[in-house]
Amino acid sequence: MTSTRESGEGPLLGPQADQDDRGWSDDKQLLPELVAHLREHRSQLQKEWSGRITQAHLLTSMTPQEIHSETTSVYDNYVEVLETGSVEALRHYARDLSERIIPRGVETHEVVGIVLLLRDVLARSLFQKYADDFTLLDHVLDAYEPAANRIANTVAVSFVDERERVIRQQQDAIRELSTPVLQVRERLLILPIIGVLDTERARQLTEQLLAGIRTHRAKVVVIDTTGVPDVDESVANHLVQTVDASRLMGASVIITGLSSKIAQTLVTIGVDLGKMNTIGDLQGGIEEAERQLGFQVIRRDDAASAPSG
Amino acid sequence: MLVSILRQGDYLLASINAALDDSEMRRFQEALVERIGDERCRGVIIDVAALDVLDSYAAATLGSLADMARLRGAETVVVGVSPEIAFTMVQLGMSIPHVHTALDLEQGLQVLGRLTSPLPPPRP
Repeated sequence: MTSTRESGEGPLLGPQADQDDRGWSDDKQLLPELVAHLREHRSQLQKEWSGRITQAHLLTSMTPQEIHSETTSVYDNYVEVLETGSVEALRHYARDLSERIIPRGVETHEVVGIVLLLRDVLARSLFQKYADDFTLLDHVLDAYEPAANRIANTVAVSFVDERERVIRQQQDAIRELSTPVLQVRERLLILPIIGVLDTERARQLTEQLLAGIRTHRAKVVVIDTTGVPDVDESVANHLVQTVDASRLMGASVIITGLSSKIAQTLVTIGVDLGKMNTIGDLQGGIEEAERQLGFQVIRRDDAASAPSG
Repeated sequence: MLVSILRQGDYLLASINAALDDSEMRRFQEALVERIGDERCRGVIIDVAALDVLDSYAAATLGSLADMARLRGAETVVVGVSPEIAFTMVQLGMSIPHVHTALDLEQGLQVLGRLTSPLPPPRP
């Protein structure tokens, strides 16, 4: 259609050109007409839409009342965008909506699905209304489709944005919790790792460990991996590099609590295990570190009866 | 003065004060190995704390320096490697396997003391 319109002044046949001119000027009047139509049949169309949502098994985690109130708001917002052409209010609403429904486990495909369903329901009602006049229907769709697409786009983007915001927030939280470097004795650090190690976290861990070696003037570091279920090859390699880098800074590393899976990964990628000092559990690791540093822990057998001092 | 080599008892202390290019690095290596034999040293400490970067040639030279020093009867300890240099070296595969390392001069002297004592040295 667009191309015809642009060449409207060209050598087109008279009647056709006339019709196009009419269509062009009508587009602006068509939209209010369309909006009026959608307002008039609001309850009926909304009911149909809700029916289609249930049929398609979307939003199963929400109650019918919730679906009703949300669909009412979405419908009104939808019509408003058609009327004003501004998606600002809709974007705001979509963000609020996403904030409400993401914790309920509503998926992206559901949100996109319901918007596309509404688009479909409204388009069908337009087909019915203008079924007699195909040219007019064509113009109506010209006005309707871009706006509808833009709405679907806005809602989907808002939803995904909100999701990503939540994910980013969680990542930040994890990063703050992760990898403390603790001094347990003079010149002895422990680094307990808990949870999945990805490349980013491994990099951060190395940074903190090397900085910790310097500030605490450590000679021995015990890295405890009891809380790590599995690592991939690049992270395993990174661990080995961390051990090497610590050695360059004059600290020896003892690794404890390697799970059988990590052990298999290390052997499979062919790490030189000769330079890795590994000990079964954290207790054994600390004991070995104390031995290397010359500490000796002696238990006082008669602790209760002995005089203090 | 890019490098100063001082004698301290049985040991030589070499501090690299600025980044060395390849030929300077080689001259440093020659001078140091020469002095080890001349002065009958038993240990060498190389302090790289002033460096921000250590290129692959310099790392390789440190490695061969340690090997040569061992052939002339001295153990080598590199001290003052910064976290950044340590990790860059490892990532680029510039390992210096036969070189002992320590955090700073003080601990380097301790390591040398252990290495050059009559008792068998502990593993690196």
